[in-house]
Parts: sequence; structure tokens; C-alpha cells
Amino acid sequence: MLNYIARRLINMIVLLVAVSFIGFFIIQLPPGTILDVQLQKLRQMGGDVPRDQVKALELRYGVNDPFIVKYLKWVQRSAEGDFGTSYLTDQSVGERIWGRLSVSLGLSLFALIFTWLVSIPIGVYSATHRYTTPDYIVTFIQFIGLAVPGFLLALIILIFATRYFNQQVGGINSSEFMDQPMSLAKFMDMVNHLWIAVLVLAFGATAGLTRIMRANLLDVLNMQYIQTARAKGLDEAVVIWKHAVRNAIHPLVMSLGTLLPALVVGETLVAQVLSLPTIGPMYLDALRAEDMYLAGTILVMLSALLLIGNLLADLLLAWVDPRIRLE
Amino acid sequence: MAVDATQLPHTTATQVEDVGQIPQWQLMVRRFRKSKLSVGGMYVLIVMYAIMLFSDFLAPYEHNRLDSNYAWGPPSQVQIVDGKLSTFALKQTLDTERLQWLYVVDESNPLPIQFFVQGYEYRFLAIFPSKLHLFGVKDGFQINLLGADKDGKDVLSRLLKGSQISLTLGFVGVVISVIIGSIVGTASGYFGGAIDNMIQRVIELLRSFPDIPLFLSLAAALPQNAPVEVRFFLITIIIAVIGWTGLAREVRGKVMSYRNADYTAASVAAGGSHWHIITRHLIPNSLSHIIVVGTLAIPAAIGSETALSFLGLGILPPAVSWGVMVRDAQTIEAITTYPWMLLPVLVLIITVLSFYLLGDGIRDAVDPYA
Repeated sequence: MLNYIARRLINMIVLLVAVSFIGFFIIQLPPGTILDVQLQKLRQMGGDVPRDQVKALELRYGVNDPFIVKYLKWVQRSAEGDFGTSYLTDQSVGERIWGRLSVSLGLSLFALIFTWLVSIPIGVYSATHRYTTPDYIVTFIQFIGLAVPGFLLALIILIFATRYFNQQVGGINSSEFMDQPMSLAKFMDMVNHLWIAVLVLAFGATAGLTRIMRANLLDVLNMQYIQTARAKGLDEAVVIWKHAVRNAIHPLVMSLGTLLPALVVGETLVAQVLSLPTIGPMYLDALRAEDMYLAGTILVMLSALLLIGNLLADLLLAWVDPRIRLE
Repeated sequence: MAVDATQLPHTTATQVEDVGQIPQWQLMVRRFRKSKLSVGGMYVLIVMYAIMLFSDFLAPYEHNRLDSNYAWGPPSQVQIVDGKLSTFALKQTLDTERLQWLYVVDESNPLPIQFFVQGYEYRFLAIFPSKLHLFGVKDGFQINLLGADKDGKDVLSRLLKGSQISLTLGFVGVVISVIIGSIVGTASGYFGGAIDNMIQRVIELLRSFPDIPLFLSLAAALPQNAPVEVRFFLITIIIAVIGWTGLAREVRGKVMSYRNADYTAASVAAGGSHWHIITRHLIPNSLSHIIVVGTLAIPAAIGSETALSFLGLGILPPAVSWGVMVRDAQTIEAITTYPWMLLPVLVLIITVLSFYLLGDGIRDAVDPYA
């Protein structure tokens, strides 16, 4: 077991190095540099930048270095725990990312919990009551959940919330709490703002997982050991929850590995619509501004999250199902 | 294939009789037809693609034609006046308090709708030049059956023009990714060994990228000034590059199991070449699976295009896709005051839903014995 984890971790490091190299290459592909973007901004504001200063900035940011030099500089600094200074705001990249990543992770975790709490019971109900009216209703809602992209759903909820409930949505806090320290009132205000985001994030994933749960359980319910369990006179609830569900839940556990990172990055558009301070919009801005150190670091971090998520899912699967041997 | 028909669940006695005697594809069609929702989805898609083919003919105006007299113009009313199907001229006034354009229908000025009129020039099916359009009104006025956007561009025309990109981009992207995925997956599963190992490492690497960020960075790297055709092509490639790995893995799994089947061994013993075995035995057996995965990947690809265009990284104006239109509809003000701006959202949802329903039906149908 430990052996297995160690091998997976080594493999993960190799993959991350490759991801960082390729990712950095793609990110620096667009012509022009962060400096051009910044200079243009300065000029638009009316300021003219002397030639010497441009030279000095070029040198400082190393914009004229060849790709491989830029990459090695970035890796070296990251290895020392210094993720560089974002061109955009002159803030430490590490600090900014952690702040945003924690909001993203928090949102995604809640969305994940919601997804599981809803999709398992509904999936089970809809499988055990196949071809009844509630089953049809659930199936219908599932398809809507699959077909309506999250950001559109966010947009629609946004409209209703503003129009009919006169509620301020979007952002993470109301304006009056913006600069205040954390308090119960501020926390409640945050919950008030974020439940829509959690709901929107969870909706699509819930629809998908409910479908999977239903389909798997239907397969398992045809197995002979279920028949045996019933023939023994077991309570139907025991038959379903102890014998059937436990054997039908594998794909859900497996999807856990991809679901968390998917939720973390999937919120990019939702966050855009609801103006949430999460990692997705930050990545997008960094890409647009050609802030390659910031974008590169986020990409590698998300990739690490994905790989760790997959590993955890595999371990969890082995724990849920003792028949699975990790070699 | 010998199947004991009496043990089939959910089949009625009348249908069971000939199950063993008719070809498999007929069984599939029969099974597919049983799923009413999937059949419905298929018809909706057929209609949509047919409309797309005739979109220039059906669109009254060029998708970028501005007309400040119709900024945020509401959908035109259509009535019969003097025995002719007509719409009315609009009087535009500015509500100085709320800074909105107000429109009053000028009932004294009916505009008969003319059919088969001459309009902007286009190429029907990208080949035949034509100026013919289904309908229009006399010059100087505009008919906006589905309203107009902030520049007075006709929403109906934009929806129709946008379908040319939105309905094809995802589709083409998936077709390319299915082709790559099947070839690589088959090679990987059939030859095994070093080839398989190498391919699996590449796939593993590609799958280590979180897909949405990868998608965004690739899209951000696209040339900004490229003509729309080039951009279209490149976005298709991006969709394919990101999408093929999943399919390749599944095809590999299928091919590996068929490779060990008795009929493959028989073919090897009879002296069948690699090519013969792959094209006669392995691909046909995996084909149904490939089609299912492909159909279910199309709506996701359509969603990707929309998301990219919505973020301003996909199709860029002046070109128009449904994603570009959704981008115009992202402010609350636009939607609450001008609800027709949400039409592209509705059309998108219907399209994606139809693809999912179709794919679902095909998935059930390819295994008609279940």
C-alpha cells in the first residue's frame, strides 16, 4: 500500500514537471508581453514612458529572455517557495493565489457535499421506482441539468433574485461588509451571497451523478445476490442500502477524483457572471494580461489538485471495495 | 447470435418472435424508436440543421447590419391589414428619465411583408451566389420578428447566421476527436507492448491538465486578427486535441477484449493480416460504442464553444455565433428590459438537450439484446 502511494507520488511529480513545461510554453505563446499590456495602459492614462524606463522594465521582467531561460527562472523561484511577483499588481503570486484558491475550494467542497447528499438518495429512489411519475420527473430535471450550462443558470437565477426577491447577488459580501473584519453578521451575509453559487455549481454535477447512480443501481438490482437477499426475507431497505447501493457506488467514488478539480475550474464562467473572487476569473485575467508567471502557477496548482484528487479517489475506492487491490 | 427470446425483459410477445431472425441493425432501429424522447430529439436536430442550411435565405438582413433607428427594437407585430400580412413602422422616442428608447407602433403606417425579395448577397450552400431572401419589408424600414439588439441588429438574422458556426463547430470538433481517438485507441489496444505503453503515457500526460484552463490558454494563444474561418478551424482543433483522450481509452479497452475473442484468434489462424483483422473485426465491433461516445460529446463541445465565445476567447465579433450573442445578454439590464436577448440561450438549451436525448437513445439501441 505505502509502496503504491510512493510510486504514484513519484509518477505525479514527473507529470507535474511535464505539465509545467508544456503549460508554460502554451501560456507564453501569444505574441506581445505583459510589458506591452502595461505600457499601453500607462499611455492610455496619458502618461508617456521614457525609453530608458522601458529598457529598465524589460530587463527587470526579463521579457526578452528566450523561453527556456524564462521557464528555468520561474521553476527555480517556485522551488524556493517564491512564486514570483505578479506583473499585474506587484503582489506576491503565492499570496493572491492562496486567497482565491481557498474561496474556490470552499465553494467546491460545499457543492460536492450537496451533490452527493442529493444525487445518491434521488438516484436510488428513481431506480427503485423505475417508470413511475416521480422517476420521469427526476429524469426530466436531470436532462435539464445536463443541458443548461452553469453560467446560464447563474444568469437566470441572478435575474430572478434581483427582480423578484430584490436580493443583492454576486460578489462575496454586501458592500457594507466589504472592509470589515470577520463577524457573525458578515458570515451570514457571505452565506447569503454564496448559496446561489453553490447551488449553480452543484446542479450540473448532481444531474450527472444522479443518472449514473440510477443506471448502476438498476444493473445491480438484476443481480442474483439481490434476489437471494430478498428470498432470505431481508428488509427491503437493507437489501437496497446494504447490498445494492454499496455495489453500485463505484463510479461515484471514481468520479470524485475528477469532480473536485472540475468544480474548482468549472466555476470560471459562473464566477464571471456572479463576480466571485475565485481562481477561475483570476486565471482568465492573467491569461488576458499575458501575466505568464501567475497563469503558469495557477495551471500547475490546478493540475496538482487534479492528480491528488485522482489518487485520493483510487485510495477511497480500495477502501470502499476490499476486492480492489492496489498494486 | 443465439438469444433465448423468452428471457428478454420488457419485450412484448409480438416483438419477441422474430428477434433471432432479423438483422441486428433492424433491432437497433426498433429499439431506438421505442424511446419517444430520443426520436423527438432527433427530429428537432434534423429541423435545426435543415434551417441552418437555408439560414441565409431565411435571414432578412445581414447579421451585422446596424440601424440606430431600431436599437433595442421590440419584436415586430404581424397582422393582416387589407388582406396582406403586414407589420408596422415604429416611432422611436427617447425616455429621458430612464435613458431608454421607447417604441410606439405606428398603426397608420402598415408595411406589407414582401416575399422572395432581393437582399444582401450570399452563397447558398457556400457555392451558389444568390440574393434571394424569404421575406422583407420595403427599404428604409426593418422587420425584426425576434427583436433587435443594442445596435439595431436583427436578432433573427443573427440567430440564423450564428447557427452556421454553433451547430457545426462542436460537431466537426467531435468528428476529428473521434477519428484521432479511434485510430490511437485501436492501435494501442491491438498492438499492445511498447506502442501501447507510449500512447498511454501521452494520454496520461494530457489528462493531467485540468481541461478548462488548458482550453482557455490554448484559445488565448489563437491569433486575434485571423479571419473567422481560420479561428473556426483552430478552435475545432483545440476541441479535438482536448477531447480525444477519453475516447481513445475506451476504444482501447474494447479492442483489447475483442482481440482476445475466439473469432479474432480464428482470423489470425486463417492468415488474416493486421489490417484485415482491425477493419473487419475490431472496428465494426467497437463502432456502436464510438458513435455513442461521439454523440454524447457533441453537446459538450457546443457548450465549450459557447463558453469560450462568452468569455471573449472563442468566436469574435464581427463574426457571430450563439456564444457571441449570449455574451450580449449577460447584463441583468439587457435581460429584464429586453427579454428577447435571451433567445440564443433558449436555442442553445434546446440543441444541447436534443443531442443528449439522441445520444441516450442510441446508447440504449446499440445493445438491443439488453
